[in-house]
Amino acid sequence: MAYSSKVLSHYTNPRNVGSFAKDEAGVGTGIVGAPECGDVMKLQLKIRDDGVIEDARFKTFGCGSAIASSSYVTELVKGKKIEEALAIKNSLIVQELSLPPVKIHCSVLAEDAIKAAIADWQKRKGEKSADKKEQAA
Amino acid sequence: MVKLPIYMDNHATTPLDPRVLDAMMPYLTTKFGNAASRNHSFGWEAEEGVDKARGQIAALINAKPKEIIFTSGSTESDNLAIKGVLEFYKEKGNHVITCVTEHKAVIDSCKALERAGKAVVTYLPVDKYGMVEPDDVRKAITDKTVLITIMFANNEVGTIHPVAEIGKIAKEKGVIFHCDATQAVGHVPVDVERGAIDLLSLTAHKLYGPKGAGALYVRSRAPRVRLTPVIDGGGHERGMRSGTLNVPGIVGLGAACELAGREMPDEMRRLTDLRHRLQAEMFERLDDVILNGHPTERLPGNLNLSFAYVEGESLLMGISDIAVSSGSACTSATLEPSYVIRALGTDEELAHSSIRFGLGRFNTEEEVDYVAGRVAKEVSRLREMSPLYEMAKEGIDLKSVEWRRE
Repeated sequence: MAYSSKVLSHYTNPRNVGSFAKDEAGVGTGIVGAPECGDVMKLQLKIRDDGVIEDARFKTFGCGSAIASSSYVTELVKGKKIEEALAIKNSLIVQELSLPPVKIHCSVLAEDAIKAAIADWQKRKGEKSADKKEQAA
Repeated sequence: MVKLPIYMDNHATTPLDPRVLDAMMPYLTTKFGNAASRNHSFGWEAEEGVDKARGQIAALINAKPKEIIFTSGSTESDNLAIKGVLEFYKEKGNHVITCVTEHKAVIDSCKALERAGKAVVTYLPVDKYGMVEPDDVRKAITDKTVLITIMFANNEVGTIHPVAEIGKIAKEKGVIFHCDATQAVGHVPVDVERGAIDLLSLTAHKLYGPKGAGALYVRSRAPRVRLTPVIDGGGHERGMRSGTLNVPGIVGLGAACELAGREMPDEMRRLTDLRHRLQAEMFERLDDVILNGHPTERLPGNLNLSFAYVEGESLLMGISDIAVSSGSACTSATLEPSYVIRALGTDEELAHSSIRFGLGRFNTEEEVDYVAGRVAKEVSRLREMSPLYEMAKEGIDLKSVEWRRE
């Protein structure tokens, strides 16, 4: 199986590898997949209060296409509003990276990772404001 | 400097030894006759080549020349042995005993017979090293058992089964014993008498011979094993396998067997040393490396390692100038990780992380050192990118995590 040049590029020079501290303000963490399935993606988004994604980091256990999908997603979401990020479909990733049919699940996982990270951010934000209300009361 | 790319996938196939090619060359050019042509010199010289090869193969496995039936390779030999026995002895019984880590040529032949209602098959488990327990074989035998088919050495993890013990049990119980010795012949001593083996599959391209030439050993006495042919036609090979003989391929197989037999003692030592060197270097450079298969009862050239927290295909991608293979799902057509490694009872993710190094005749110490360095570097890079490695280093037990599956 030959890899597309874009997959190779992301694999060789992955963009935005790393981690933010999970409890850092404005950080949402999404971990999707399972080790026994051969793919685990961790996507972290740093989101401003106005809902704009400032920065992104990823770590991925998986094949080259899974690594490339998550690397590409970190580039894709930066500067986007969360509504725009939530609208990203896996087909865009498939197209950009020229993923073959057997690798489509990698793009699905990357799409799920965006949703999971944003959901985590929203949850943490909710808890934080609940805490504040409690304190005020 | 080592020459790149490095071929270290000798369980998949081996390069043709130039000495084997030399032996074949006349049969690819001037000696083109049909070995079945009885009435002219072209046929006679082809037959001569085939007869010599029959002797060379028989000598390597301690058989008689007439017990060698030529086929296209081990897959055909396995099919012929299993389907041929079940059909021929159908009045006697229909039960087959095999094991879960057999090659697909054996497993799928059994499955095909099951589907056709022609056999009932017991798939024995293996221990954590991939070895069949001979006592399990004994216990599985019923009065309907006609065939035991257990491989000599496993193609993925290299584990060598206790073949002689299984053969002894089969003999005691009067059951035919077929052994797929594809990975073993020419690499470790294989003796059909010592192993009490009745049928044995082998192929040329795993021992530095050409592709497309193989053989099935069929015991001729004590007991005389009979087979119903799978391929019908001109009645070649004592009626067991029709079709014009692949004379150059057969001559190559014979030459490859003779060379392998002659060089085996030295080569076994050399490959065992290279394997130990590679293993030691990997364990020295990296933590969380797991050896798959048996620590000692294994093919000299086989090293199968799982590099925890790193997925196999991504590792192969990073070491593209080295040819090795992985049990990762992503390298297979089925998207399932290796059934062999999973059968060892290790964690499923370790199957995704497994790499098979297949050392062979043409690998050198320099290559081993290069491979160890290159693999270690890439594993370290991918671990820096792996959320599992990060979690493990934070002290999180990965088994306690509730994963979000797709």
